[in-house]
Amino acid sequence: MSSAYVLRRFLLAIPSLFGISLVLFTVLALAPGDPFGELMTNPNVPASVQLALRAKFHLDDPVYLRYFHWLIAMLQGDWGYSFVSRIDVDKLILQRLPVTIAVIGAAELLAVLIAIPVGVLGAAKPYSVFDQIANTLAFIGFSLPTFFTGLLLILLFSIHLDWLPFVFRTDLASSGWQWWWDNIKQSIMPVMVLGLFQGAALVRFVRSAVLEVIRLDYVTTARSKGIGERRVLLRHVVRNALIPVVTLVALQLPVIFGGAIVTEQIFRVPGIGSLLISSILSNDTPVVMGVTFVFSALVIFFNLIADILYGWLDPRISFN
Amino acid sequence: MAGSTPASASISGAVAAPRRVGVSPTREAWRRFRKHRLAFGSLVVLGLLVAGVLLGPFLWPLAINDIDFSQMLHSPSLSHPFGTDDLGQDVLARMIYGGRVSLAVGLAAMIVAVVMGVLVGSLAGMASGRVDAFLMWLTDLFLSLPQLPLLLLVIYLFRDGLKAAFGPEGGVFVMIVVVIGGLRWMPVARLVRAQFLSLREKEFVEAARALGASRMRLVVRHILPNALGPVIVAATIEVANAIIAESTLSFLGLGFPPDIPTWGRVLFDAKDQLDTAPHWALFPGGAIFLAVLTINFIGDGLRDALDPRRVI
Repeated sequence: MSSAYVLRRFLLAIPSLFGISLVLFTVLALAPGDPFGELMTNPNVPASVQLALRAKFHLDDPVYLRYFHWLIAMLQGDWGYSFVSRIDVDKLILQRLPVTIAVIGAAELLAVLIAIPVGVLGAAKPYSVFDQIANTLAFIGFSLPTFFTGLLLILLFSIHLDWLPFVFRTDLASSGWQWWWDNIKQSIMPVMVLGLFQGAALVRFVRSAVLEVIRLDYVTTARSKGIGERRVLLRHVVRNALIPVVTLVALQLPVIFGGAIVTEQIFRVPGIGSLLISSILSNDTPVVMGVTFVFSALVIFFNLIADILYGWLDPRISFN
Repeated sequence: MAGSTPASASISGAVAAPRRVGVSPTREAWRRFRKHRLAFGSLVVLGLLVAGVLLGPFLWPLAINDIDFSQMLHSPSLSHPFGTDDLGQDVLARMIYGGRVSLAVGLAAMIVAVVMGVLVGSLAGMASGRVDAFLMWLTDLFLSLPQLPLLLLVIYLFRDGLKAAFGPEGGVFVMIVVVIGGLRWMPVARLVRAQFLSLREKEFVEAARALGASRMRLVVRHILPNALGPVIVAATIEVANAIIAESTLSFLGLGFPPDIPTWGRVLFDAKDQLDTAPHWALFPGGAIFLAVLTINFIGDGLRDALDPRRVI
């Protein structure tokens, strides 16, 4: 893989980021009412302060100037100030981000660990009993909305069996190994909800990707050389079939973020998803904008990584 | 060999079919659809669900907002088959009413998404060059937008204005439908564009062009009807996605107000009483699951029926 390819992919991500910032700002600018209305109508804030604030946030400038002010401020890391938490938005988001990334990462890992074996085995013998059961379960898996799976798991594991806590806590009293154990215990359900949903969708992708490859001539050649079926499948088919799956995992990310917001809300995981909901409920505009922007930027970032990985895994793509 | 396995057992029938005289493509597709047992069963179940929601108020005339504190959180019984909620309201009656809203949102949002997708896709497919490149860039951009956060952002910023314009019920309905549809048109646009790119080079289109058909007539009479198969499949899946999106919003407490008990909203109200009244959450959650699952299966059956060559 050439570094020119990486550079080109990287440069292609920049217009997307601008596009997203433009979409977000348009939504904000089109919205009726003053986003800072809360503060402006507060009788305790004197008129001179209000005017100074309007000037500071350039609220009376023409719209394109406001976009550039907003964009430059965002680029400089000045994301505004949370009305509710009374700290800078970027600090607030940075506090919450690691939990979200950890939960999503663990869920994605679980999804891949389920989807690849099941999808490959299903495609190896299409329309067998195993394949049909796996396919039906996959349909059920991605038809179960995350909010319902979450409630079902709470009902089963927290209320019925009393095995797992259903509220995620950051102020665990324990320490050492016990602390790790408590953390794993309280993460099981959020990760399972997200991972099973994602895994169900991935199974079908993996299965169809393997089916695409398994009928190619080089696989027949490998078989006719007398290599065992198992070896053909693992060494020849799966390695090539999984290349498009990398892209699909990245393309599914926006959906995962949606699921993560719901999951964080159900289990009260203190990530940026629950931060988004609580700031919407408390009219905290700078935080809402910041979190939405972070979600969008993460999608672009992971798409970029997927593109680069794709180029590394499949050198044919880099040169055209 | 595995690779030559057909999409479904029906494919051998499909090859033999053209010999029969006077079988229309629709009937042929219907015949193939019925062979997909899960899809056909799903059609029956979904039909029952829709009929129940539409006819329910006549068969089960309890009011949805009849508050009775002596009947709080009762488990399912003869007088309340789905139990009661924390205000003693009948859950079945609320779900019948809410189901209408949930399903209507799903259908309407699908229509918005499909219309937008077909417009963008056919525009991009017919106008090659810069217009096409720009529209596809836009499509990719929208595809990489995280849907739920953006949905929440739009609703957060616009809900008060729309409530003032259309009233609390209509405003929320219009907003949710437009926003969900407006963020879900991209897959349809890509499908339609891909279909257009291959169809517009086909001989029958060239023949129509040689006969002097206008561009508009080419698109509407010749290309679009042939591109519809995959669009119908995508549209079916969109209904399921829109139902999930609406339920998610309502479940987060940011969709419909409490006096419009959509399935997601009932679930939102029920989630804090999970330990004492699990039935209150299980029925609406089960309804959403059943609707989405059956729609997904129907989409799968339609895929087999409308596009027998595809192997997945």
